[in-house]
Amino acid sequence: MAEDNGFKPKILGIICNWCSYAGADLAGSARTQYPPDIRIVRVMCTGRVDPLFIMKAFVDGADGVLVSGCHFGDCHYLEGNYKAAKRMFHLKRVLNSLGIEDKRLRMTFVSASEGAKWAKVVEDVVNTIKAAGPSPIKELAK
Amino acid sequence: MVDITSEKNPRIGVFVCHCGTNIAGSIDVKDVVEYAKTLPNVVHAEDYQYVCSTPGQKKIEDAIKEKNLTGTVVAACSPRLHEPTFRRATQEGGLNPYRFEMANIREQNSWVHMHEKEEATAKAKDAVRIAVAKASLLQDLKPKFVDVEPAALVVGAGVAGMQAALDLANAGIKTYLIEKNPTIGGRMSQLDKTFPTLDCSQCILTPKMVEVGRNENIELMTYSEVEEVDGFIGNFSVKIRKKARGVLTPDEAEAKGIVGGGCNGCGDCEAVCPVIKPNPFEMGMKPRKAIYIYHPQVVPLIYTVDFDSCIKCGLCQTACGEKKAIDLEMQDEFVDLKVGTVVLALGYDIFPVEKKTEWGYKQFDNVVTSLEFERLICASGPTGGHLIRPSDGATPKRIGFVLCAGSRDNTGIGKPYCSRFCCMYSLKHAHQIIEKIPGAVPYIFYMDIRSFGKMYEEFYYRIQDEGAKFIRGRVSNILEDPATKNLHVYAEDTLLGRPVDVELDMVVLAAAVQPSAETEKTRRLFGVSCSQDGWLLEAHPKLNPCGTTTAGVYVAGVCQGPKDIPDTVAQAEGAASAASIPIHLGKVELEPYFAQCIEEKCAGCGMCVNLCPYQALSLVEKDGRKVMQVTEAKCKGCGTCGAYCPGGAIWMQHFTTPQIIAQIDAFLVGGEQ
Ligand SMILES: Cc1cc2nc3c(=O)[nH]c(=O)nc-3n(C[C@H](O)[C@H](O)[C@H](O)COP(=O)(O)OP(=O)(O)OC[C@H]3O[C@@H](n4cnc5c(N)ncnc54)[C@H](O)[C@@H]3O)c2cc1C
Ligand code: SF4
Ligand code: SF4
Repeated sequence: MAEDNGFKPKILGIICNWCSYAGADLAGSARTQYPPDIRIVRVMCTGRVDPLFIMKAFVDGADGVLVSGCHFGDCHYLEGNYKAAKRMFHLKRVLNSLGIEDKRLRMTFVSASEGAKWAKVVEDVVNTIKAAGPSPIKELAK
Repeated sequence: MVDITSEKNPRIGVFVCHCGTNIAGSIDVKDVVEYAKTLPNVVHAEDYQYVCSTPGQKKIEDAIKEKNLTGTVVAACSPRLHEPTFRRATQEGGLNPYRFEMANIREQNSWVHMHEKEEATAKAKDAVRIAVAKASLLQDLKPKFVDVEPAALVVGAGVAGMQAALDLANAGIKTYLIEKNPTIGGRMSQLDKTFPTLDCSQCILTPKMVEVGRNENIELMTYSEVEEVDGFIGNFSVKIRKKARGVLTPDEAEAKGIVGGGCNGCGDCEAVCPVIKPNPFEMGMKPRKAIYIYHPQVVPLIYTVDFDSCIKCGLCQTACGEKKAIDLEMQDEFVDLKVGTVVLALGYDIFPVEKKTEWGYKQFDNVVTSLEFERLICASGPTGGHLIRPSDGATPKRIGFVLCAGSRDNTGIGKPYCSRFCCMYSLKHAHQIIEKIPGAVPYIFYMDIRSFGKMYEEFYYRIQDEGAKFIRGRVSNILEDPATKNLHVYAEDTLLGRPVDVELDMVVLAAAVQPSAETEKTRRLFGVSCSQDGWLLEAHPKLNPCGTTTAGVYVAGVCQGPKDIPDTVAQAEGAASAASIPIHLGKVELEPYFAQCIEEKCAGCGMCVNLCPYQALSLVEKDGRKVMQVTEAKCKGCGTCGAYCPGGAIWMQHFTTPQIIAQIDAFLVGGEQ
């Protein structure tokens, strides 16, 4: 784990019901421990993730956002995750141009059977955001 | 008209569950309750030991009535577990069931932050705040009911698929059974005897195969594959590819006006066919012709032309004569089926054990796999049941059985899981050679013997008493003596703590099993998830072992994970029963998570129409302009369109933009706007 600099990041996770949410539940059943610095909003499919949600989160002061869905080819709704991935890709460029480093937005693919992977993903995201420090949004808004 | 209004003065009740110590052990539940009371719109908050219990649910119902609640929040386990329970309680209390929201503070909190009470409590408070924000904006929704097509589809006709199809058919349901091979029966028809009772496999299977072929409610399609799948529980449209078999059944012949014709299984064609190929049913150890059947008991008893090897000489057609059964120009055909539910029973393949080069499979003649052994010891097999060494045809006396050949292997070459039936069938094989070959000695190389089933441990003792030699240790290497073709098996005997080198006449590798080749493609067609190892993922390992992640699609047999015949049949009966329920009910309830168009906001640009993977959206003329229209029956509620509409004209029920934004705000700015 990254060195604890006392910074408690605010990280939003928007995750799909069928794969990542189920994977996160599995991490729970298996009692796999991971850092607590994430709050979850559940959607049925990452296809539902409107870039607006992520922009809103950053404007509200989120230090990082994780979008997590099914693996490609496994989307419960055929291709919602492809569409989400495409959107996240574009959004990262927008974020960069606004002065918010794109590593603060992450898209991952965690299946319903990958509880251990979910724990790793969260740990990794938390470490990345801790290393990146607080979101520059307050400074930028000044 | 879509209603986008929500409660003006929401009154939310919050119920925080201890779940014994599952939650209360890592989260200060009282603190969370006190915190909840301070949240906007919350007029009631309490905690209880087990909110899911009858008295717990009663608390929800009572609070709704007493406090005039407009919405409820339960902070407890995962909504994937108890959302239906609390929706029902909310409904019992007099509210629309969709006025309920859940905060997951167990699977995604107390269980994953077991030693961080302060952090976990803070996270639980946030989760409650987020849930209250959503609950404040929830609307009354009406569940969608759809009619269920009164027919079922079973894919794969091994013992699992056959059993499922028979159960469905016997429950009065029209059942389509699809098998990719020319005959039904699957792997079990390749086995000689079955542990622990030593029943002859074919003897117990053949009657079932005949029953499947005869049952009036079963429409059997062999040599067929699933090509396309569309729809959802109750209404699946499935396109089946009937591969060109080159041979007409009597019915097909009659339909073509060939009276009294069609294949009767006489085999005259096979006798004259000049092309010789290995028979995969016999693991390539016996030849077959380009026109063939796997074995004499096949169901249906119809020949098949292998067009990959057929040279179209036409000799078979002459031999077939007046029956006119053979059509060498036959093309694949497509059949569209409508079914309400589906059972997947796709079975397994054998792990290509030659990848573990140290055991010499495909390098040394006398190293065979267990499935090859089944054919070699079987009276109907290539040697008439006389076990011989492939190198010289001699009868082997010292035979090694290498267990976990590719199973429980963490090298990255084999499979990490236990294949579950190899211990038992290897004991069976040991018994068979002792019984058949005077003086034969089986040497069983094992890590541990897993004889977990009914009468299995007793069977293990029996084989020990019969004189099988057990060597506990993993085989590191097998080498061949080029002169004798005998094999040297090297292992460490971990009980004696010393290396062993045993000279044997023949070695049988109990190769691991893996998902069958078509599993990946087929599961994707049905939108079913798989476990890390590729086996189909059950909806819940304990509470829903026959369901899948797709409503209306069920699993049976080894395709869900290695299991022996008793467990396979049991699961098949479970899957059939589960698949029959929606059909018998005639209607299923779907969650009303569908898109709606806010017509005032819709610009008629049509962006969403092409985005929808289910063609649920279209543009229609209304009051002189184009607006989007949703076909609710087709919308599955993914929300893809809702995320895209530039005008915010799409109202994704239960996951509306205002609801999600409210959740994000609640987390990051405490709900204060
Ligand atoms: C060497 C050996 C010995 C064994 N001995 C015993 C024993 O003594 N006792 C015991 O209890 N168990 C034994 N087993 C285990 C037994 O074979 C299995 O439990 C059983 O065969 C599982 O049946 P199934 O229907 O799930 O799979 P399968 O028998 O593999 O049947 C699956 C069927 O589905 C078809 N299929 C696959 N994909 C598709 C598709 N996409 N479309 C259409 N059709 C498809 C396949 O062609 C096949 O016919 C043994 C296994 C081995 C390897
Ligand atoms: S994308 Fe939005 S505005 Fe365009 S047609 Fe669809 S609903 Fe209307
Ligand atoms: S939510 Fe939209 S994109 Fe998804 S199925 Fe329904 S109409 Fe199609």
